[in-house]
Amino acid sequence: MEKQDIFGKTLSELKECVTSLGLPAFTSKQIADWLYKKNITSFEEMLNLSKKARISLNENYFIGRNQPESFQESVDGTKKYLFKTGDKFIEAAYLPESNRNTLCVSSQVGCKMGCLFCMTARQGFQKQLTSSEILNQIASLPEKETLSNVVYMGMGEPMDNIDNVLKSLEIITSEWGYAWSPRRINVSTIGVVPAMRRFIEESEAHLAVSLHSPFNEERKQLMPIENVYSLDELLAAIRDYDFGRQRRISFEYIMFRGVNDTQKHIDGLSKLLNGIRCRLNLIHFHPIPDSPLKGSSQSTMEWFRDKLNEKGLTATIRRSRGEDIYAACGLLSTKKLLKDDQPKDY
Amino acid sequence: MSFTRKRIELQLTQVIDNILIADGVYYLKLHKPFDFKPGQVVALSLNENDEPRLYSIASGKNEVSLNILFDVMPTGQLTPTLANLKPNDEVYISAPFGKFLCEHTPAVWIATGTGVAPFVSLIKSGTNKNITLLHGARTIDGFYFQNEFKEKLGDDYLRFCTTETGNDVIEGRLTNYLKELDNPAPELKYYLCGSSQMIIDVREILLSKGVAYDKIIAEIYF
Repeated sequence: MEKQDIFGKTLSELKECVTSLGLPAFTSKQIADWLYKKNITSFEEMLNLSKKARISLNENYFIGRNQPESFQESVDGTKKYLFKTGDKFIEAAYLPESNRNTLCVSSQVGCKMGCLFCMTARQGFQKQLTSSEILNQIASLPEKETLSNVVYMGMGEPMDNIDNVLKSLEIITSEWGYAWSPRRINVSTIGVVPAMRRFIEESEAHLAVSLHSPFNEERKQLMPIENVYSLDELLAAIRDYDFGRQRRISFEYIMFRGVNDTQKHIDGLSKLLNGIRCRLNLIHFHPIPDSPLKGSSQSTMEWFRDKLNEKGLTATIRRSRGEDIYAACGLLSTKKLLKDDQPKDY
Repeated sequence: MSFTRKRIELQLTQVIDNILIADGVYYLKLHKPFDFKPGQVVALSLNENDEPRLYSIASGKNEVSLNILFDVMPTGQLTPTLANLKPNDEVYISAPFGKFLCEHTPAVWIATGTGVAPFVSLIKSGTNKNITLLHGARTIDGFYFQNEFKEKLGDDYLRFCTTETGNDVIEGRLTNYLKELDNPAPELKYYLCGSSQMIIDVREILLSKGVAYDKIIAEIYF
């Protein structure tokens, strides 16, 4: 069997690991404690394990922790970290604010979803991140102890890597793991419906759905997923669940000038989201090179927000962060670091 | 908070035939439990509780069977077993869904690999007027259903082969052809189907040629 990372394994997986090595079952809890509470980075540091156990673990597993390769810092304090995963790279953005510090993590190297407005889409898809590689972005962040929130809104579509995303969420929110409240975590999706249903059912973290248009034909032009899982199915799936009072569902709406920022869209959104207790986040478009789309002006966004609020929809404009270092929404990319070694049939 | 798992509804249907049409590529014919629109997909699995995978329908709307095209992923969980299916075996499929219906003409269809499946369905359902199909493949046997396309589209069916020559195929990359095209007519609609990398590369070229983004509709296999 290929040598795997021990970090990123859930407690039940750790039990299987220790059992297969002939170690006592309780060792799994001790390992979880070292990995997720004491944040150690080598087997030698697991001092309450026998020497034999540490040697055996070291022979069969990698610890699975990697420090960031480098970082860039924005004038607004945002930091963008570069992590190596095998021979590829991912980015994570740390967003400090006065009342909260958020880390935006990646779930894939690249992305398969091909959204027209997104820089990550431009690099295509290279790799699913393991739960270890997802969690390492948190564990190896120099500011880890200051973190108040994590959002799965970096590179990749989390629902296209649902097994590893759910595993990482289990570790963050379990008593034996980081013991965070799931209300400190927000996971985004463009609406891969079956995996989104699984996420809603198996996790209690908040959900952020990328909408960008209330109209099927228009959304198709921006987001190819609309051809497979249309708005009707997406909203029907969301309406199937009671999110309770504590769990939040929000809709993300990047505003494109003359495309999705008119009265027709306000009416369309109001109709589409009718009856769903949600928040609508209006996001500035951060232009990517050669994009046919332009961002709406601040005044249009404010008008749009106010009109939505008048209709009873809670809408807010999200402040842009880290645009100068390409850390803002939709700008993450490690394309320049890729080797072009894939044979092509076109 | 706990929820009862809500899943896409699947129903059993029988295999009519499973034909190897190229190296590692199969054309699976199933009894048709539903009508569909050309361009739609079905979710398919071998067991009721497995997570189904999506496949574009690759048969005509008036055919008696519902067919899909798949290539075997050696490390995949589903396709190596799909390859072994025999007539009368049973699989689970969902009702058809999806909106890659390619209803506008004149249009250019662009596909590689099994991404040609929705266009097979469209052609077999009678859509062939004002259509040009640009088909990319590594080898000549990768032009699945080329005879049907040649018959229905004639000179408007263009094949681009990256590693082999012969049989009227154009040597080289589909993307190179697009790069050298004169500025395309503004009324043309472009329908793209295949891997995300192909979609992104082709879309970038079309945009650079002045094609409006709202004229480009893509279905990505993920």
